[in-house]
Amino acid sequence: VSAAPGIYGLVLSGGRSTRMKRDKAKLEYAGKPQLERAMDLISPLVERSFVSLRSEQRSDPQRAAYEAITDLKPNLGPIGGIQAALHAHPQNAWLVLACDLPFLDAATLQHLIARRAPARLATAYRSRFDDLPEPLCAIYEPASLPAIEAWIAQGENCPRKWLSRSDVELLALPELRALDNVNTAEEYAAASAEVGAPAVQRRHLNVRYFALLREQAGRGSEALQTEARTPQELYQQLQRERGLKLAPEYLRVAVNDEFGDWHQPLADGDTVAFLPPVAGG
Amino acid sequence: MNRFSLHETAFDPQRLLEALRHPSCGGYVTFEGTVRDHNEGRAVRRLEYEAFAPLALREGERILAAACARFAVERVHCAHRTGALEIGELAVWVGVAAKHRGEAFDACRYIIDHVKHSVPIWKKEYYEDGDSGWVNCEHCATAPELTAAPGPHPAHDTCNS
Repeated sequence: VSAAPGIYGLVLSGGRSTRMKRDKAKLEYAGKPQLERAMDLISPLVERSFVSLRSEQRSDPQRAAYEAITDLKPNLGPIGGIQAALHAHPQNAWLVLACDLPFLDAATLQHLIARRAPARLATAYRSRFDDLPEPLCAIYEPASLPAIEAWIAQGENCPRKWLSRSDVELLALPELRALDNVNTAEEYAAASAEVGAPAVQRRHLNVRYFALLREQAGRGSEALQTEARTPQELYQQLQRERGLKLAPEYLRVAVNDEFGDWHQPLADGDTVAFLPPVAGG
Repeated sequence: MNRFSLHETAFDPQRLLEALRHPSCGGYVTFEGTVRDHNEGRAVRRLEYEAFAPLALREGERILAAACARFAVERVHCAHRTGALEIGELAVWVGVAAKHRGEAFDACRYIIDHVKHSVPIWKKEYYEDGDSGWVNCEHCATAPELTAAPGPHPAHDTCNS
């Protein structure tokens, strides 16, 4: 009697977070970044756990704290991370998790592992919204690698579509909301309030000042520690502390050298700039 | 060279124009914005431009890409000065090369209008009377009782070009 292949854990952190405008791995819930929460959740349940990333994320200090598996090919999305993991350790099954599941709990993962069907290609939950397989909280067996690689070779990259056409064990979710994900700043605000008010936390932020704001602040830039969670809160603080006199309705915000949003969540190390009305030409 | 460029010192528009030339193009339109000696009734002595370089380059490139997508033009460039400028000096230059003149005129107008509107570059005017001020910014102070709701820019346009 051969035992089922041991399970390794993979947390996907290579997403581009385009709607959030923020690296979802770094969004905090109850004061802890989501990547750390996901790794803490999965690690006790598997033999080894890894973070899945894109090659340009290797130097990110938060991701560097974990064993990593780098995508073999760029721009495949989650299926590229799953492929790379199966490819790196082809003898093992992989419990794969997305990095934007703040409501996921250990019981949901334990249930998935307990009901795992190692003779099939994968074990996954059905979505509570459309009954389709949930690809990003699922166990992929070693035998799924050739099928996934054939799927990619056909130019496909949707893991949900692959699961729905493959020999897969599908389970009902024991906790209905466990796989609800977070894609926008508004969803994050609601989820973080529900998961637990973040402990008051100070972030290291860099601020850049231009034109009239530079003159009012008396400096072109500064590094500070602050409890401000959004550009709006930061500007309110700087109006008080630096005597900034421009009203925010006339300004635009930039975060990390790109136009941003007054309400987007800020993370440690971000550089924020407040842009007075421009006058080029 | 990037299609949108920032220059800390004077640049040569003739060289930029020559770089746009191509046998497939029969229409060239250029725009030069220079420093004017007055603005809003005040005598201006000199100017200073300040840019948020990484974002200005990115936003400038987006505008040029949008112009190429919108108009049938072959090659475009926009150059903008930073730093101190005297009256008459070249502040901004736009060049467009196209098969035909109509689209070249339209694209050139589109580019300069959008550059003035959204590229993070600021202009400080130094007046004959010794005073100075940041164009478009001096009326944006917080009113004492104003609630802080972020919104769009005011629609002042007092730029020189």
